[in-house]
Amino acid sequence: MISAPDVVAFTKEEELEDDLYREPPLPEEYSVPLFPFAGHGANPWAKVAGSKFTRDFILISEFSEQVGPQPLLTIPDDAKVSGTFDLNYFSLRIMSVDYQASFVGHPPGSAYPKLNFVEDSKVVLGDSKEGAFAYVHHLTLYDLEARGFVRPFCMAYISADEHKIMQQFQELSAEFSKASECLKTGNRKAFANELEKKLKDLDYTRTVLHNETEAQKKANDKGYYTTQAIEKANELASVEKSIIEHQDLLRQIRSYPYRKLKESEFHPYEPECALDRADAGCDQDLAPSDPAEPGETHLYTHIPSYTPKLIKAKSAKCFDKKLKTLEELCDVYFFTQTLDQLHHIERTFRGDVCYLLTEQISRALLKQQSVTNFLFEDVSFLDEKPPEKQYRGCQGLGQDAMDGKCLEESLTPKVVVSLGSYKSSVECVPIKMEQEMEDSEEPKMSESVTSEPQENLDYLDADIKGSISSGESIEVLGTEKSGSGLTKSESQASLPVMPSPQAGRSKVGSRRTVSEDSIEVLSTCPSESLIPEDFKASYPSAINEEPYADNDDERGLRFAPRLSPGIADEQDDVSKQESLVQVDAACCIGKESPNFLEPLPELGQKPCEEDGVVRIPPQPYRAAEQGLRGGFPAHDSVPGGLLPYELDSRYLSGSREVSKSSLDECSDSTSYISSAASTCSDRTPSPAHPACQAGERHRKRAGQNALRFIRQYPFAHPAIYSLLSGRTLVVLGEDEAMVKKLVTALSIFVPNCGVYAKPVKHWVTSPLHLVDFQKWKLIGLQRTVSPAGVNVLHALSRYSRYLSILDADSKTLRCPLYKGTVVARLADHRTQIKRGSTYYMHVQSILTQLCSKAFLFTFCHHLHLPISEREPEESVVNRRMNFLKLQLGLANEDVKIVQYLAELLKLHYIQEPGRGGSPLLRFDYVPSFLYKI
Amino acid sequence: MLRWLIGGGREPQGLAEKSSVQTVGEEQTQNPYTELLVLKGHQDIVRFLVQIDDCRFASAGDDGIVCLWNAQTGEKLFELHGHTHKITAIAPFSSSDAFEEKRHLIITASADRTVIVWDCTSGRQVQKVSCFHSTVKCLTVLQRLDVWLSGGSDLCVWNRKLDLLCKTSHLTDAGISALVELPKNCVAAAVGKELIIFRLTDSNNESEGWNVLEVKRLVDHQDNILSLVSVNDLTFVTGSHVGELIVWDALDWTKQASECNFWDSSVHPDVQPEIKLSQSPNETSVQHLTSDEEYVFAAVGKGIYVYNLQMKCVIACQRTAHDSSVLHIEKLPNRQLISCSEDGSVRIWELREKQQLPAEPVPTGFFNMWGFGRANKQANQAAKKMQENTPMYFLELVGDLIGHSSAVQMFLYFGELGLATCSADHLIILWKDGERESSLRSLTLFQKLAQNGDLQLKL
Repeated sequence: MISAPDVVAFTKEEELEDDLYREPPLPEEYSVPLFPFAGHGANPWAKVAGSKFTRDFILISEFSEQVGPQPLLTIPDDAKVSGTFDLNYFSLRIMSVDYQASFVGHPPGSAYPKLNFVEDSKVVLGDSKEGAFAYVHHLTLYDLEARGFVRPFCMAYISADEHKIMQQFQELSAEFSKASECLKTGNRKAFANELEKKLKDLDYTRTVLHNETEAQKKANDKGYYTTQAIEKANELASVEKSIIEHQDLLRQIRSYPYRKLKESEFHPYEPECALDRADAGCDQDLAPSDPAEPGETHLYTHIPSYTPKLIKAKSAKCFDKKLKTLEELCDVYFFTQTLDQLHHIERTFRGDVCYLLTEQISRALLKQQSVTNFLFEDVSFLDEKPPEKQYRGCQGLGQDAMDGKCLEESLTPKVVVSLGSYKSSVECVPIKMEQEMEDSEEPKMSESVTSEPQENLDYLDADIKGSISSGESIEVLGTEKSGSGLTKSESQASLPVMPSPQAGRSKVGSRRTVSEDSIEVLSTCPSESLIPEDFKASYPSAINEEPYADNDDERGLRFAPRLSPGIADEQDDVSKQESLVQVDAACCIGKESPNFLEPLPELGQKPCEEDGVVRIPPQPYRAAEQGLRGGFPAHDSVPGGLLPYELDSRYLSGSREVSKSSLDECSDSTSYISSAASTCSDRTPSPAHPACQAGERHRKRAGQNALRFIRQYPFAHPAIYSLLSGRTLVVLGEDEAMVKKLVTALSIFVPNCGVYAKPVKHWVTSPLHLVDFQKWKLIGLQRTVSPAGVNVLHALSRYSRYLSILDADSKTLRCPLYKGTVVARLADHRTQIKRGSTYYMHVQSILTQLCSKAFLFTFCHHLHLPISEREPEESVVNRRMNFLKLQLGLANEDVKIVQYLAELLKLHYIQEPGRGGSPLLRFDYVPSFLYKI
Repeated sequence: MLRWLIGGGREPQGLAEKSSVQTVGEEQTQNPYTELLVLKGHQDIVRFLVQIDDCRFASAGDDGIVCLWNAQTGEKLFELHGHTHKITAIAPFSSSDAFEEKRHLIITASADRTVIVWDCTSGRQVQKVSCFHSTVKCLTVLQRLDVWLSGGSDLCVWNRKLDLLCKTSHLTDAGISALVELPKNCVAAAVGKELIIFRLTDSNNESEGWNVLEVKRLVDHQDNILSLVSVNDLTFVTGSHVGELIVWDALDWTKQASECNFWDSSVHPDVQPEIKLSQSPNETSVQHLTSDEEYVFAAVGKGIYVYNLQMKCVIACQRTAHDSSVLHIEKLPNRQLISCSEDGSVRIWELREKQQLPAEPVPTGFFNMWGFGRANKQANQAAKKMQENTPMYFLELVGDLIGHSSAVQMFLYFGELGLATCSADHLIILWKDGERESSLRSLTLFQKLAQNGDLQLKL
């Protein structure tokens, strides 16, 4: 609902300004920055011209042990998308920072090969030369035939817009985690199957060998062994060893802590339900259960009958055999599910970041407006929770329930949060040198959450080491752990403002490293950072997750990040270490704080120039805070909401020269322009939310039709007034398609009566009855010449006082007079808006204004009730009308619109949750007039 | 309006004739009913509405179901099933002081020849009587004597516990169509053309025994008595199918005054008799009567007539108040009158005093009635044949309620709470004052806010 036209008004035309500045300024989160070079004919989306691909895409790559890094597939699977962009080269880049080449063979102290359940790593990479920036999600799949049984893969979201990656990091991370989880689930299943087959093969081989040996023994009565026999015996021994090894592997894969997935409502066949790993971990700690879950056996026991083969003693050379494809690795079902998820990601993040952010903000804001949002919004789509919300909610719960020690800690922040304070925008380029901190600076760093960013950069320069394999331009912009412990205030804090993005970015040679190194450089995935030191030492290169269940210490640490002073030192260390990591996490998240009642200082620090131009683009907004008070504390140490790169000169010195019409164009078709002029986003407008894509299309069409309607019909205003004031509008016509089109067009003006579907009936052929007007506020009605048709008309004539009738055939309208001003703004037939979706947004913004007026009107106590007991009713009525006319500035019939909306708000509010409010029909005895074209 | 919809030209003939009915237009400033609730619950014609207490009422009709409603919220409280046929009579029966708390009962009679007593608080059937030989057509509660009467082919007297105290012999096959309580333990029963006065007397042997005696038969009506209403302790009024209205003395049962065919054109010298003959009896039948101390209001055919008891004459009338028969009328405290009709509309009238105009032409009843006359507005609001020195009255249409798609059988005026109407379209509509409802909702809203603690500033 926060739409472009609303914002556009800020920028242009001298005479417009005066009007605008008389009104109170918009909350800052609604505004978008002016584009400084607009006057020079450039457009704001032309900034990154260097990239060679036309739109964002997802790339899956593998570090093949045979050929090295190679791209596997892109989504969308279209050659045009990647264009001249060198996928091979980029694959090399992104795979070469993979930290988790993890483990090879037998870990020290272990007789058998050990599987490692490695967390995915999530990093942001930039290749400025290519103009490409990527969110890279590394994951490891198991393959019995692969070296060390692992196959490193990565999924990358590649965009030309660095801000987009950074600002959507959380969302990307959450979405890709789901995809990864899906892949890995399938992979574990496939791997287990493979192991079972292999075991059967081995078993069979052993039997055969054994028989042969026995036969040889019998045949051989010489008393000594032939070399042949010795060979056979060796072979048998090696097979036996292999069996034991494989059995061990099978046990390991089966003992993968499945319960955590299950407990967090994870369903193996529904990748959408796969939750964030941290989430799962949290659940696990809530209820540690025995390792032998029936569920996991269920998953693996289903094995088709298999005829064992004899295994040759010497297996083929590894370069001779063909490695399994990703599809084979993961089971076709899971593979397609993953692809679906990736397509879903691609659609979700399509389009300009500005659009995505605005959409997120407006969704979050709308969700808070629980009193009014049902009126003109599709509430069902608001109900859908973004992933991070679930995840945080879970955390909050987990914390409360789990650790008594935490309770007193979390109480304090609770109060802070309930102040309604929101996070201000915090953004930085977080590159953490964990190693360094571990060594010497631990105490300092635990406080230095707010320390100078430059310092950190220094660490960075000082600490870059490791084998640099491809020397140039990979920039490690930021990384994240997926946030296991954002439970204390430091975790929400972040580094203060970076002086400039250039300083923040540091060239880091990409390198092939063992995991420990890269963890520190690239920052981390959550569990690793949380593993106690001693545990780490025993498995230096990878982390086995198995000990989760029996390591109480670790659990405690994970969820008691802020420990009281009495806690042992080493725990303290770990928690500090953890807090550092959490800083990383928070750094990547822009926080927004729309605090209407009491603007926090950081809001004030946003760079607003005297002319009121706001230069900060909308920031990702986290909706969860308010609803989950107490679940996690507020951050109190965030100094300011500045985004370093947003202070970039690009946004400064905004010239305001764009002509009115071109403004309209801009607002009209942001995505169009952006795709035409740059690579930064997509040709298609970005769908705000995948769930409402259909809705999006519908809106677009409805907006287009509505636009046509207001241009074609000079009496559009009274018709729209009828809808807004709750008078049922009947669209009468012979042609069903035409009537339905009109109904669709007009439906965007119909306020909802409750959380149910819109009170719109597209097509009715039977005579209308009073009950219909209660239920529907917009009806398409068939006109026929038959006798039945006469009945239909008689009914219309009888109930004409409740109806406005739009005759689509003769182009007439019979309805009450409208002399207000609101509808004129809503439906100006000379509007410059050309696109349906833009017009839809325009309508939404004006309707939102109306909603807010209705809200004010409804909830002002003294407007409805006498101040003192002696006050006569008339003075209350007078006050009410004065408020409507003077304070809200409503003219004539506009009053009725607001009154009707207020009535709906009241009904909605006082309605008992369980029972649907009785539908009532309100009407006025007002004369109708006949309008003709 | 309709002409516009149909597209002009081919206008159906029947529509033009309606022009004789006064219309009020779309702007009805005095009509307070700007909000309505449709109450669904019945599956057939709803014929009866009775008020139980300040905010509850019961509805009953041809589907045999009795529904209890909250008049404020429109909430259906109970649906009472027990009768297998249509309901023919319903009467509220609130308990006397003998009981600690006031108990609200309703009695319903049905064509299945049963009478059931219901408890309105629990929604349960209290008792059922099924010893009738014919359908009970009317029920009257004599609160003072704590008994109730049922009238069918005979008259039975019952006490609260549903003991049959006494009954008359078989009166007529047609049965008693109306009952009204008169002073001195008497009741008047309309049986066909006759009006029979019964008296209840203490029986000597039993403490709670009553005897019922026929006291008098009045045979002044030419046709079936359709309506019977008690005006005050001294007077009651009857109306018949052919349009006779007789005012009776309630004590000695003598005829005080009668107005025969006073709505008829025959009173006017210039009326042609052949026209009169063509008039169907329905056009003149006295469907319903209501009264206050001063006036009797009669629903006669399509018209409404106001009869002044003192002057013993009609002081105002609206000959075609509706498009078809008026089924029910009621006087409101504020000089307003509500009528409902088979045409599905409910109209609100106000009795107004007209400024005496010198030499006002008295419109002819004939033209007025048939609507052939000039469309004279004065004629429509006809104030009729007043003596020179008395003030002229007329009925002004102040509003109409359109909602039902079929005949409105009855309505119940709830004062501030609004108006409930029931109709042959199976619906009950609750008409409410929108302004009042809106402010009530505001009140509820702020109460709920306070309750939820949302009024305090959250810190």
